Amino acid sequence: MDYFAQQLINGLVLGSIYGLIAIGYTMVYGIVGMINFAHGDIFMIGGFIALISFLLLVSLGLTAIPLILLLVLLVAMAVTALYGWTVERIAYRPLRHSFRLAPMLSAIGMSFVLTNYSQVAQGARVKPVPPIITGGYTLHEGAEGFAVRLSNMQIMVVSVTIVLLAMFTWLVSRTRLGRDMRACEQDQTMAALLGVDVDRTISMTFVIGAALASVAGMMYLLYYGQVDFFMGFVAGIKAFTAAVLGGIGSLPGAVLGGLAIGLIETFWSAYFSVEYKDVAAFSILIIVLIFMPTGLLGRPEVEKV
Amino acid sequence: MTALSTETTQASRTAAIPFILKKAFLSACVALVLFSLMIGIRTEAGPDGQLTWWTRLGDLASIVGLVFGGSIVVELLRQWIGPTGAEKLVPAPVQRSLSLAGRFLGPALLVFTLLVPVIFYNQRYILDLAILVLTYVMLGWGLNVVVGLAGLLDLGYVAFYAVGAYSYALLATNFGWSFWVCLPLAGMLAAIWGAMLGFPVLRLRGDYLAIVTLAFGEIIRLVILNWQDLTGGPNGVSGIPRPSFFGIPLDNSDDGLAAKLGIEYSPTHRIVFLFYLILALALLTNWVTIRLRRLPIGRAWEALREDEVACRALGINTTTTKLTAFATGAMFGGFAGAFFATRQGFISPESFTFQESALVLAIVVLGGMGSQLGVALAALTMIGGFELFRGLETYRMLVFGMAMVLIMIWRPRGIIGHRAPTVYLTKAQAISSDLVKEGHG
Repeated sequence: MDYFAQQLINGLVLGSIYGLIAIGYTMVYGIVGMINFAHGDIFMIGGFIALISFLLLVSLGLTAIPLILLLVLLVAMAVTALYGWTVERIAYRPLRHSFRLAPMLSAIGMSFVLTNYSQVAQGARVKPVPPIITGGYTLHEGAEGFAVRLSNMQIMVVSVTIVLLAMFTWLVSRTRLGRDMRACEQDQTMAALLGVDVDRTISMTFVIGAALASVAGMMYLLYYGQVDFFMGFVAGIKAFTAAVLGGIGSLPGAVLGGLAIGLIETFWSAYFSVEYKDVAAFSILIIVLIFMPTGLLGRPEVEKV
Repeated sequence: MTALSTETTQASRTAAIPFILKKAFLSACVALVLFSLMIGIRTEAGPDGQLTWWTRLGDLASIVGLVFGGSIVVELLRQWIGPTGAEKLVPAPVQRSLSLAGRFLGPALLVFTLLVPVIFYNQRYILDLAILVLTYVMLGWGLNVVVGLAGLLDLGYVAFYAVGAYSYALLATNFGWSFWVCLPLAGMLAAIWGAMLGFPVLRLRGDYLAIVTLAFGEIIRLVILNWQDLTGGPNGVSGIPRPSFFGIPLDNSDDGLAAKLGIEYSPTHRIVFLFYLILALALLTNWVTIRLRRLPIGRAWEALREDEVACRALGINTTTTKLTAFATGAMFGGFAGAFFATRQGFISPESFTFQESALVLAIVVLGGMGSQLGVALAALTMIGGFELFRGLETYRMLVFGMAMVLIMIWRPRGIIGHRAPTVYLTKAQAISSDLVKEGHG
């Protein structure tokens, strides 16, 4: 039971990270109708930016950990958001009215560019950081000496995710930008006729998605203590699986799917085999798409001629 | 009137210079922010696991300068060429002679390919490279059936390549079956896997299908990597038998082909044999594709690529149509895989990564989705280009990604050629709007 509770905590933390990435997929898919294949690499870039800015701030002589983390968060979000904007501007916007496979292929190309760019820029070796947030609580002391632990790091990951999601939900449901985004999702032409700047709205979607992914990247860096140039690929596919599982286009669905994938992966590693945890996650993607193509919270897609 | 219009264009060009400069300046600013942390600072893990960093301001400055200059050039080019695109660049007579040349290019290339082992008999390196190029030509032609003809984006094509390679490797090392028995088996197994994957997932829309095939490719690779008892895991399978000339081994023994023909043995014989083997396999792929394209099934593939909803409305069973395309493509992938295994003599999961899928896909896309000659030329360009920049391993993938994006922007239907549907209406029919108004049409 204790083991189960511990795995539950670990799974929820991992799921929060996937959920943050999945939002970027689901938002872009909802508005533009394409799979932003490079989004996983944006997450990776976010991790790198967080690492580098953290090193810089520490070298500058800052010692207050909360202040450093806040600054790192802001820098990572800002710079990664600019990456998201640039990717959209260069690789997707010229293709908006191209044939249907073009944006997907362009996105694959962009994913290669980002992966190899960070390999060239920062080297292929894994970049470790020492644990920054330490300590935690022992929730329950088991009989066989197995303790259920909740570390401060895990609390931080989950609480940052919740705060960001609250902000994001507010943004989508209450602000002008959110209304524009929802309008573009329903009907781009009509939205444009009613004075919505469609190009700008789509750009902002990519910017917000990238900012959330960068937070996920930073959380990944802090939680696992390392980043490398190849981490975006697998994390990206899993987050996409999460988005599909939750119902692509649905924001609560993305988070729900993220949590589900995180839990499944953790429990699979805990009770079956660590080697096949990625196989489990990818199989879920296939199974969900076959039996439940609209996902948990998605709407069925109506095909119009 | 003409003078006036030239004057106005002149005026707009001179007026555009501040605009261009402003745009370039903005691009440079964006580049500065983008690259400041990633390029300007280099991190590396020290010997004791501690991260160290140093600055590279010179690199940063030169990249930002490059972006500034590059965006001026791009903007100028855009103004001079105009927004009409590449179509106008090639005048009609040139285009006609190009298409005439294109008609002779295929046969000429084929004759040259047939003669490659004769011309370069003593140059092992060129022969090896030619075999590699032909392997990718075959893979490209196989994937072309799926992506180019049927319009299904398959990101996991390498899975079928792996299935073929491992089928041959395991059958040959465990049971000692000969290459010529295993080759059809490898193709069949790959086709069965293709059908097994395709049957449930082919109802999905294009993008979903792409991701599912990608996931499938990764699953196959991970299973091969982890199922140590069967596949040897990361160590791979070694000691895969070399192919024989229909039962006669190509070695330096008394039973060998050289001894039987009464000529002196040379290791090049095997290379030449492998060359003609892959050439025959590739030409088989090409021939089958060309023949299939004339059959109803091939027509249905092309129709499916152009418009799936219309296909369904016309009563084409889209699922079986897609399934046949998928299985056919997978079969050729399996053949190529078996060849790869016998050529290398050693296979490991490392040869079957997503990068390989993307490379084959890029060959098909660059070649112009459906054009057989285009795919062959694209394979030659890509693999040749990779070989030229062999020393710059990491940069070449960077350039490869950039090229993919640029091709999609510049000529999404392919640089080298593109294939229009085999059958199409020569004259577009104009239908009066009266006929299609609501409730009447």
